[in-house]
Amino acid sequence: MERIYLDHAATSPVHPEVVHAMIPYMTEVFGNPSSIHFFGRQSRRAVDEAREAIAKTIGAKTNEIIFTSGGTEADNLALIGVAMANRQKGRHIITTSVEHHAVLHTCHYLEKQGFEVTYLPVNEQGKISLTDLQKALRPDTILVSVMFGNNETGVLQPIEEIGMMLKEHPAYFHTDAVQAYGLIPIDVNKLHIDLLSVSAHKINGPKGVGFLYVRENVKLIPHLYGGEQERKRRAGTENVAGIIGLQKAVEIAQQTMREKVQLYRSFKERMLAIFEQEGIHYAVNGDMDDSLPHVLNVAFFGTNVEAMLVNLDLAGIAASSGSACTAGSVDPSHVLVAMFGKDSERIRSSIRFSFGLGNTAQQIEMAAYETVKIVKRLVRK
Amino acid sequence: MIYLDNSATTKVFPEALESFTAVATNYFGNPSSLHELGMQAERLLIQAREQIARLLHVKATEIIFTSGGTESNNMAIKGIAWQHRHRGRHIITTSIEHPSVAEACKQLEQLGFEVTYLPVDERGIVSVEDVEKAIREDTILVSIMHVNNEIGSIQPIEQIGATLKKYPKIFFHVDHVQGVTKVPLDFKKANIDLCTMSAHKFHGLKGAGILYVREGVKLSPLLAGGAQEMQLRSGTENVAGIVAMAKALRLAFEKYEKARQELNEMKRLLIAELSKIEGIQVNTPVDHSAPHIVNFSINGLKSEVFVHELEKQQIYVSTTSACSSRKKAPSKTLLAMGADQKRAESSIRISLSYENHRGQLSLIIEAIKHALKKLQEVAREM
Repeated sequence: MERIYLDHAATSPVHPEVVHAMIPYMTEVFGNPSSIHFFGRQSRRAVDEAREAIAKTIGAKTNEIIFTSGGTEADNLALIGVAMANRQKGRHIITTSVEHHAVLHTCHYLEKQGFEVTYLPVNEQGKISLTDLQKALRPDTILVSVMFGNNETGVLQPIEEIGMMLKEHPAYFHTDAVQAYGLIPIDVNKLHIDLLSVSAHKINGPKGVGFLYVRENVKLIPHLYGGEQERKRRAGTENVAGIIGLQKAVEIAQQTMREKVQLYRSFKERMLAIFEQEGIHYAVNGDMDDSLPHVLNVAFFGTNVEAMLVNLDLAGIAASSGSACTAGSVDPSHVLVAMFGKDSERIRSSIRFSFGLGNTAQQIEMAAYETVKIVKRLVRK
Repeated sequence: MIYLDNSATTKVFPEALESFTAVATNYFGNPSSLHELGMQAERLLIQAREQIARLLHVKATEIIFTSGGTESNNMAIKGIAWQHRHRGRHIITTSIEHPSVAEACKQLEQLGFEVTYLPVDERGIVSVEDVEKAIREDTILVSIMHVNNEIGSIQPIEQIGATLKKYPKIFFHVDHVQGVTKVPLDFKKANIDLCTMSAHKFHGLKGAGILYVREGVKLSPLLAGGAQEMQLRSGTENVAGIVAMAKALRLAFEKYEKARQELNEMKRLLIAELSKIEGIQVNTPVDHSAPHIVNFSINGLKSEVFVHELEKQQIYVSTTSACSSRKKAPSKTLLAMGADQKRAESSIRISLSYENHRGQLSLIIEAIKHALKKLQEVAREM
């Protein structure tokens, strides 16, 4: 049986060139970048070059990139770091009800530390309203954190408009771009973004590495204390090989962005065309026209998530019910609840397909037809 | 080429690298995913956790994977402090801890905690009596490293643990980053509640570490999110790095067990030979020190230049700990041991791996003599 992996938003295969690029940094160039001898200096240079290459892709300065252990740490560092460093200025934070748990749970933590958090609602298309944001802004708002593209539905938030609005307000603007980076061109200056989180393993890089962009002059306290790495903002020996892997993944992502966007869009359309043609009862969750190209979230009315996932897996198709990061549980998706209310049938019958490296049009068609078969079988029962 | 900076970082075992490559290439699933690829990744994670637990003689559920030693130390210290702050706000540590412990403590001081930094004797060893004397009604945590990263002195962890048994409400954290696989430590016997380890110090990959958290110990997480790692550490698990770490830990235990005698001999000889050289003061105590670390001072000469001189002869050593060697400052550890400024500013660390042997001794000593002579000449001309 050919296995078809359609869960690239959970994690993605490491690109062979990425592994290849990493190996020398685990064999010959193994020094600690803080060491002053040759081995240390070689590692230091590699990290510096990676930082420069990565900074360029979002229009940032080299010293505005902090390497972390991944997206979760980047989100935690951004939120807790800004909140704790700016609490004299205010204790109000605005975010949305559809963020990744790395943001949401960090906000819950900050609430316990005496901060006030406004969770903006979204409409049925999964989008926040700019009017809501404008109304929520207060003089003591120190941070607005709105994700770039949603990990479950792919819905894009109006980042540019939010950036424009916040130009007139002292609050910092953080965006979790873990799903968007590599598929949507991002310029932090054009979009007025102050902090931005990225994870390597979502873009065919290795697990265990990511970065946080922090605009110069943003006041931020570190999360991890110790040595003076990352300009005293993130202690710990740099994961050199991981950083090199991230750099390679970033380069490949930049080079292939345009073709990937087209390819994944065509996958979406093809899949939906097959659902349509086969006459099953379905609906796309979220604004199809304004979403990440690689994420497709579909409600199959009359089915339930667990049965769908088990049957898809048996048919060799790896998909998911939403965020993988809820550690193995099939809890109702907080994103779909925010969009449709907790009583909607969509909560119990939605599947996320996410495309990526290695997927072919043929695989997508096979997966679509298999899905149709399963849906028909489940609905008949 | 002789690499003698293994306390800064080690060369990855080829077998660990193979594990990494195999997992990163073939088992790339997210362990939280429910489909087959996710479950494969989860199984690998479970196996790695069980293997590491067996090697450390603890339970699999007591092993938390982190991004490395710094995160483990921060998580242990701040996690305990935050969770138990209502019971007390006093922490005991030593004046020779790694920056990731010392700086985490400093952060806590700013947040209203009180920290006692215990002194050490001229060998760089803390006294068990001092630990007990420092204990107060509101003490919640004692954090003491096993092997000092700069001079290699071994702290009396078992005796401290035995003393702390009388104070069941105080948590005992041990930074075991330099010690693991090199100096045996029985977590149970030493009554340890939390213990930090880092993969790249035992020939695993950078970016992976362990925090041992004894069953029943409550601490608040450092990273919030998807609730991985028994809800204590969120973030997609670095599966390939973790599997490679398990492999490296097993091999390191084997190799260092075999090499211990040889390394101890080599350390003794190094210390003996270095002591004979005029202008060198050895800082590492012959007894009560790890088999792989020898620290000495070059009498006020520039240690950085000395490192580069040795480098010309393809011998790689370090000034102080790598994590702070970019800033020029006297060694905190040596100052705590009572060394004067000159001695504390001019320290050099040799740190061995299982691959080193006595056959390299004369080469190393000759290179050191040569480098020292050159530096002395330059100093005289100035």
